[in-house]
Amino acid sequence: MKQKSFEEAIQRLEKIVAELESGEIPLEESIKLFEEGMGLAKFCMDKLNQAEKKLMKLTKKGEDGFQLELLP
Amino acid sequence: MGLPLENAPQKRIYSISEITREIKQILESAFPPIWLEGEISNFKRHSSGHLYFVLKDEKAQIPAVMWRSYNSRLFFTPRDGIKVLANGNITVYERRGTYQFEVVQLQPAGIGELQLAFEQLKQKLREEGLFAPERKKPVPPYPERIGIVTSPTGAALQDMLSVFGRRFPGIQLILAPVRVQGEGAAEEIARAITDFNEYGEVDLLIIGRGGGSLEDLWPFNEEMVARAIFASEIPVISAVGHEVDFSISDFVADLRAPTPSAAAELAVKNKTELREYFRSSIAGMYRDIREQISYYIEKVDHLQNSYALKRPSDVIRQYQQRLDELTKSMELQYQYLMDSRKQQINSLHKQLISLSPQSILNRGYSLCFREEDGKLVKTSADVQVADKIRVQFHRGQIKGKVDEILPGD
Repeated sequence: MKQKSFEEAIQRLEKIVAELESGEIPLEESIKLFEEGMGLAKFCMDKLNQAEKKLMKLTKKGEDGFQLELLP
Repeated sequence: MGLPLENAPQKRIYSISEITREIKQILESAFPPIWLEGEISNFKRHSSGHLYFVLKDEKAQIPAVMWRSYNSRLFFTPRDGIKVLANGNITVYERRGTYQFEVVQLQPAGIGELQLAFEQLKQKLREEGLFAPERKKPVPPYPERIGIVTSPTGAALQDMLSVFGRRFPGIQLILAPVRVQGEGAAEEIARAITDFNEYGEVDLLIIGRGGGSLEDLWPFNEEMVARAIFASEIPVISAVGHEVDFSISDFVADLRAPTPSAAAELAVKNKTELREYFRSSIAGMYRDIREQISYYIEKVDHLQNSYALKRPSDVIRQYQQRLDELTKSMELQYQYLMDSRKQQINSLHKQLISLSPQSILNRGYSLCFREEDGKLVKTSADVQVADKIRVQFHRGQIKGKVDEILPGD
């Protein structure tokens, strides 16, 4: 499965919170949503707490494209 | 006669081409690339793309040419009356026997002139629609990979790194190192923007540099940078110089940041704010789900107390009551039956008693027994004369002897 992006996670989380707030969802489904929402919130928190990423340098590699190099 | 000519063979006689070539040699080697300051007049753009004009001051003038290969570097549109600084070489145009200035680089002579060039380009690009709000792309709220186009050694990069590190360390930053001032900087900046678009794997671009003079910031006012920004599929934040500095790139970019640090702040949300956001989201979800659950609990309670659910037990209770009633009436019935039976027995008993011989005797009758065998005498034929008899009365008995037997029925 493609890794979910931070933005997608936040958008989904916002939607879930709004749906739960509406109170129009059957209990069983809202428990499912709640669990999903908690998972998303944790995913986002983890992303936030990720270690600092190293700065990379964009380098053109001839006609073939680009590569990233670690900057000292 | 002809004296002046006598010496003629001794003198060097040049052909026109020769002298011109020599003048050209001397002149051109005497002046390596130099800077000239002057005012443009008689400006003409040839259809070939070469520019022809005259550089002059109050007392003199010199024809000038700027070949097309160089004028692509122009960041402003030259026109009559503008004071310029021109870099180039003195050359001789042999065919006409004139000398001229071949311009390699041309720029307005002062701030005022730069300002003029700036305004001219701004006007032109605005008319072309490069600043149109509807052409601006939204900046992604949560980028994960950000491309940075700036100098690898500049303060701008350090400022941005420190902001990113503080606000959102998990973000991936990719730098395209470029020169941000001087000749060639604009090309490098424009190419870096194009490269990032070719590379494609960033969500957002930040281009910029720290503060400097108007001339230092000039690459960001160049048309090729503006066009590269406009063509970028990736949203671009422009952050050039200080807050007061506005560059053409600021106008074309999707978002202008007053400084590079501010660009970093605009690009990513604060980690702490985001954490707070997630916390409140989580709290909200807990609250919502709790509310929903207690709502259902209440509902279930309510239903439990409802008539429909209470009914079965009610029915049972009613049956119970009925049963009790029936039992009770049965008991009553039994009692009644018993009582009446008792009564009946009593009366029978009375009846029985009333039928006993004793009670007959009570009424005055008497019983007669043969003394011989104690047999009850029911008719006169049961005895013979001289038989001994015993008569029992209600109270007491007498004994006697039969004297005579009388016929009877």
